[in-house]
Amino acid sequence: MSTEMKMVIDGAEVSFQEGETVLEVARRQGSFVPTLCYDERLDPYGSCRLCVVEVEGRRLPASSCTLKAEAGMDIRTGSDHIRKMQSTLVEMVLSENPGDECPRCRDIGTCEVHELAEEFEVSRDRFLGAISNASKDDSNPFLLRDYDRCISCYRCVRICDEVEADHAITMTGRGWNKGIATAFDGGLMDSDCTLCGQCIYTCPTGALADKKMVNQGSKPGEIEITRSVCPYCGTGCSINLHSLDGKMIGVTPVLDGPVNEGALCVKGQFGFDFVNSEDRLTRPLIRKNGELTPVSWNEAFEYTAQKLSSVRDDHGPKAFYAIASGRAPGEGSYMLQKFTRAVMNSNQVDNCSRG
Amino acid sequence: MSNSIPEIEDADMMLCVGTNMTECHPIIAVRVKKAVRKGAKLYVVDPRKIPLTEYATGHLPLKLGSDVALFNAMAKVIIDEGLADMEYSEERTEGFEELKKHLEPFTIEYGEEISGVPAKLIRECAIAYASAESAGIYYTLGITEHICGVSNVQSLCNLALITGNLGKRSDGVNPLRGQNNIQGAGDTGALPNNYPGFQSVDDPVSQAKFEKAWGVPMDPHKGITKIAALDHAVDGRIKAMWICGENTLVTDPDVKHTTKALESLDFLVVQDMFLTDTAKLADVVFPAAAFTEVDGFFTNSDRRVQRIRKAANPPGDAMPDWWIIAHVAKRMTNDVHFDYENSEQVFDELASLSPIYAGLNYDRIERGDLAWPVPELDHPGTPILHEGEFLNGKGKLQLLNYVPPSENPDEEYPFYLTTGRRLPTYHSNTMTGRSGGFRILVPNEWLEIHPADAEKLGLEDGDWSKIKSRRGEVITRVAITKTSPRGTVFMSFAFPEEVMTNIVTNPEVDPKTETPEFKVAAVSIVRVEAPTGLGASEPLRANPDVEDPHLG
Repeated sequence: MSTEMKMVIDGAEVSFQEGETVLEVARRQGSFVPTLCYDERLDPYGSCRLCVVEVEGRRLPASSCTLKAEAGMDIRTGSDHIRKMQSTLVEMVLSENPGDECPRCRDIGTCEVHELAEEFEVSRDRFLGAISNASKDDSNPFLLRDYDRCISCYRCVRICDEVEADHAITMTGRGWNKGIATAFDGGLMDSDCTLCGQCIYTCPTGALADKKMVNQGSKPGEIEITRSVCPYCGTGCSINLHSLDGKMIGVTPVLDGPVNEGALCVKGQFGFDFVNSEDRLTRPLIRKNGELTPVSWNEAFEYTAQKLSSVRDDHGPKAFYAIASGRAPGEGSYMLQKFTRAVMNSNQVDNCSRG
Repeated sequence: MSNSIPEIEDADMMLCVGTNMTECHPIIAVRVKKAVRKGAKLYVVDPRKIPLTEYATGHLPLKLGSDVALFNAMAKVIIDEGLADMEYSEERTEGFEELKKHLEPFTIEYGEEISGVPAKLIRECAIAYASAESAGIYYTLGITEHICGVSNVQSLCNLALITGNLGKRSDGVNPLRGQNNIQGAGDTGALPNNYPGFQSVDDPVSQAKFEKAWGVPMDPHKGITKIAALDHAVDGRIKAMWICGENTLVTDPDVKHTTKALESLDFLVVQDMFLTDTAKLADVVFPAAAFTEVDGFFTNSDRRVQRIRKAANPPGDAMPDWWIIAHVAKRMTNDVHFDYENSEQVFDELASLSPIYAGLNYDRIERGDLAWPVPELDHPGTPILHEGEFLNGKGKLQLLNYVPPSENPDEEYPFYLTTGRRLPTYHSNTMTGRSGGFRILVPNEWLEIHPADAEKLGLEDGDWSKIKSRRGEVITRVAITKTSPRGTVFMSFAFPEEVMTNIVTNPEVDPKTETPEFKVAAVSIVRVEAPTGLGASEPLRANPDVEDPHLG
């Protein structure tokens, strides 16, 4: 058990554990410390400098994401001097971005850069100059890549390396030519990219986004977000379902999902719109004169009940068999086995685990 | 799984067997990759050079179905080299001396002869497994879908038991379940031998419990498995079936047999979201609501019971599965309670009857933090099973023998065919195939074949071929790849409309679980001309130029 130590943040004494950074301790105790290159799932990187704080006894401010907490430290996070530096940094970042509407802010939710622009009440106008990077045209069905909006925080590269261990993208170039590329600078679909979408949800700007979620005409305020679980393999990743007017429009990862901690694969991230498919069954069907014909629920229930009753009565309980789904919710499989045991009077029930 | 998924990243050694994890369980693979990054050893046992091998300390490319020979040889190395955990073995297992004697013929040389894995590599892997502080075994259907599936699992359990790698953090024997709620389906009693919570149907105490709960007599005899039920349908003993959310016709082995079984029924009810090939044979089809349209729960691989929630409206008359079944039931009985107002009442009834869920309700499964057993409302859940002791006393070491697959290559059928999934096409593709963009990633089925085998058969990348087994034949294109070892080819079963892979797979089953040997069939392969009307000009592999009808 590591020993508890104490430090001062904005005048208040706080305890911390060995190994914690000043940023982690400061945020835990409620101080506002802005960041752009920081993602708690990634190793600290210290490139955006927004998390600067004043450390008593040091001449220059330090980036708190890379500064380990030490006993007796005295930290100030919000002096005018610090806020001025942060505000200027946000302005400089904004000036590298194009001035048109950010599709991510418009359709999905405000990105981190524009949240900070609102927080500091700054715009891109003061340092207006060249913009950071050329956009790449990339044919792939899921990932919108618009590097005009890239701010070179490299969270996408780092999450691909540190979390997914796919190493599909890398940093390239220097100065104004810096950017993000695949190993041979080709399209994502020719690289090791698995289109898992991790980069989208760490990106603090509109440089990366879910192609399916933009341009649906939605307003972030109207989108309902509902926590659920991925319907594919048995890993059980937590997902947020995004819906608009009762219709599914997208999925985002739940960052504190106990199994996935914000990670998803290509299926969980992008494979949800089968629920909106036009060939969904919408009516109960009964075979009449050889054709499956739409009927009311009542007719379907009456017909099924009568048919199954006569199978049970004429041929005995064992002439019936039920197969429960390993994909549908558990309340359904519970009900099917209860029906088999309590109504059909046998144990003739299984699920699809054997093949 | 005996252990939880987050623990994997703290393992010192991981033995991944018959699990194409980066494609089939990518987010569990993330934990494995993290452990490797922290310095853990990873050994991958798989006939194919799957992507996970790129992260591995060692790859053991065993011949299909030779698992018992390989793991027995590893067990012998561990015992002979004094690496067994004798304290654990004595305290918690029985049969160590018998096992030691039984393993005498299972030398690493014998292991190499049967499995094709170099003796040196078998020894290296055994030593790495036994020497690690915490070593976890992870496996998927590459272990279970064999006629010797139970023995395969037990041979892995032997390794865990003799080294004490069961019952503590980051170790264990961990099957990764392939479907979101396949664990939950078993937990809720959709099994021929168990009531909810794995309470045995032939136990009089359990029978009495459910008779009291439901108010009607219980059948004291076990039911038959689904695999046997399809046979009983063919011979007329089963007259009616109700299939919920399974595309049986496409996903079971030997499609001709399955078709015959379903067509022999007097009455077939299918409950699904889509008019699947199975639903097309039905007499009644019930439209089911999707997971986004209902409240309920899924239980995942590590026994975590998690809440799902309604976010969208179902189309037309589609309704939740439980609601549909309860309404039919109400028309057939007045004696049993089937009046539920919502899914929560159904869950509460399940929890009241199942000791492993007894401490759960919708509030407690809100965030998915609890793994069963959760016997009381203040119980913190059980992420690690078998800590301190086993439920049934001592762990019995099993004396296992190698049994070859039921089909092996011969002159007529000279290749092994094995089957599985690919990353972007899930199972029979009813979900991914209807989601925008996936058709671009995988436009078609293809047969993966080693370059040397392709050359022998005069096949070039993209050619068409006929794959024939004792049960039938299919036609598909070929992709030449060193992922497949010589003599073994691979297919998925994601494009049943064009390539019904399960026409050729083998329906022979493990005698205990009745799980079919999907992973091994003997086939012949010949080059054929491009068939007309079969998408002959469609591109192979991922292609951004493919048009996807589901991408708006």
